[in-house]
Amino acid sequence: MATQHSRSAARMMMAPAVILLLGWMLVPLTMTLFFSFKKYLPLRGDSVANGLDWVGFENYVRFVGSSSFWPSIQATLVIVGGVLVITVVLGILLALLLDRPMWGQGIVRILVISPFFVMPTVSGLVWKNMFMDPINGLLAHLYKFFGAEPVQWLSQASLESIIMIVSWQWLPFATLILLTAIQSLDSEQLEAAEMDGAPVIKRFWHIILPHMSRAITVVILIQTIFLLSIFAEIFVTTAGAFGTKTLTYLIFQRVLESQNVGLGSAGGVYAIILANIVAIFLMRIVGKNLD
Amino acid sequence: MGQIVLNQVQKKFGDVEVIPPLDLTIEDGEFTVFVGPSGCGKSTLLRLIAGLEDVTAGSIQIDGKETSNLPPAKRGLAMVFQSYALYPHMTVRKNIAFPLRMAKLDQAEIDQRVANAAEVLNLTEYLDRRPGQLSGGQRQRVAIGRAIVREPAAFLFDEPLSNLDAALRVGMRLEISELHKRLATTMIYVTHDQVEAMTMADKIVVLNAGVIEQVGSPLELYRNPRNHFVAGFIGSPKMNFISGEAASDMNAHTIGIRPEHIEVSESAGEWTGVVGVSEHLGSDTFFHIHDTGLGDTLTVRADGEVGFKHGDKINLTPRTDMIHKFDDQGLRIGE
Repeated sequence: MATQHSRSAARMMMAPAVILLLGWMLVPLTMTLFFSFKKYLPLRGDSVANGLDWVGFENYVRFVGSSSFWPSIQATLVIVGGVLVITVVLGILLALLLDRPMWGQGIVRILVISPFFVMPTVSGLVWKNMFMDPINGLLAHLYKFFGAEPVQWLSQASLESIIMIVSWQWLPFATLILLTAIQSLDSEQLEAAEMDGAPVIKRFWHIILPHMSRAITVVILIQTIFLLSIFAEIFVTTAGAFGTKTLTYLIFQRVLESQNVGLGSAGGVYAIILANIVAIFLMRIVGKNLD
Repeated sequence: MGQIVLNQVQKKFGDVEVIPPLDLTIEDGEFTVFVGPSGCGKSTLLRLIAGLEDVTAGSIQIDGKETSNLPPAKRGLAMVFQSYALYPHMTVRKNIAFPLRMAKLDQAEIDQRVANAAEVLNLTEYLDRRPGQLSGGQRQRVAIGRAIVREPAAFLFDEPLSNLDAALRVGMRLEISELHKRLATTMIYVTHDQVEAMTMADKIVVLNAGVIEQVGSPLELYRNPRNHFVAGFIGSPKMNFISGEAASDMNAHTIGIRPEHIEVSESAGEWTGVVGVSEHLGSDTFFHIHDTGLGDTLTVRADGEVGFKHGDKINLTPRTDMIHKFDDQGLRIGE
């Protein structure tokens, strides 16, 4: 690996990939930044060909000034936080269960993973129509069976419903990563702890959980990146109503429903900033586990 | 106090009987070594005593108390594992203190005991490091430290030295022996290395396929092996076995003679052969001798300065009082 020649050869070989990736990232980013400083309302006759008016930071000021902005930030953080808590906690419990030897282990594991293979749009529709429908949904039937008034999930508990749907999708991912972490634990450590007089709960707390901390960190980081941009689940269920408008969804509405590309682009830049703030916080909190 | 009595202890994994019913008594304060080839059930037996495996039948008494249904923590035993099984995310101090914390001792008592153990094992300056920052020998000492702070009735060692290099192994062997002298606590030590068994044990238990072949002090086993297996397993290099005419002349199915009990000479001897490989260790030389007409290659131990070369003719004289005779069942025929 070390000679001058092999190093420069390696650079040559990697260059196409690096240039492609850079272009892939830089072109849209530059365009977003460009449009965010322009007045660009296609329905009112603005077009790139005719030249766009430079409006400075007006789009940025309007985006933040909108009454939907802060609620959307809040909704985003609540959904991301809620899903993270649910998937990590349930993921740990499921991983512990799946680690036990049992009959039909292979099939159970595939069943547990399967929600991950369902497309977000499909799972959103399945949940909306099959489970959460207040008249024909399975949950409604269950409530009626016990004589209770069915909950109108998507309007009365809209944010919770979205969190439930997204958690269902991401639980397999968390379970899978945490299961591999548990399986890599040296069984002699657990036996040593047993000899040392640690009961089951303490063995979990002092041995298994610290062993899994690195995997938990990975789960949190990866999920956060993807959860900040969830869209399909909201689009097909509440369409942003009932307080489920996240930052991503707000940007979508500004660009496609209001046909204001400049304003949406400014929102996109805010989304980049939010993602980075969240990432920095997470790195700080969990970063020491990744040394 | 730590007398351990096994009574008709049996272990089956499914239909496979790993340990047929066996009886064994380990006296208080004794250093007992379980030795045998790999897969002979010695580790399983240790884990049965520790409580990490359940006995299929039989009873295990520690200090006269029936323990075969107690969980490991309640048996008052401490174990040192082959992989050390240290907790990687805890410092050495926390590792050693872990059993005490689990026993809910107060902090002052814990600190005191950890400090004592660290001093005994020369770990004081490493107390704030993590296991990952220690060498193999130091990790081994931490594992021992975690065992001794509990002041157990007996220590169990599961091949604790097999991950160390040869030089460290000799050093740790001495340290463990010295620790045993100082603590005078019962220790059970599992190994496949008969040198460890010979040097450390008060009592050796030779196991083969789950069956106890012989129990005795190291020299007893060396001098009076009960059967063919023990004779071949104890002693290094291995005892030479000769069957056929030479054996039937002595009214035995097989005769055995240790390499150190054969005299070599250039001029005259009872047997003659050709030197094959010779291993010069400085203090001793081991000759592997072919074409003796006695069957297999014979191994002979001679003084380090004896200078036979490959292909030389050599004369051998066994010391007749050191010849072991075995019958066709492999049992030793007494004098």
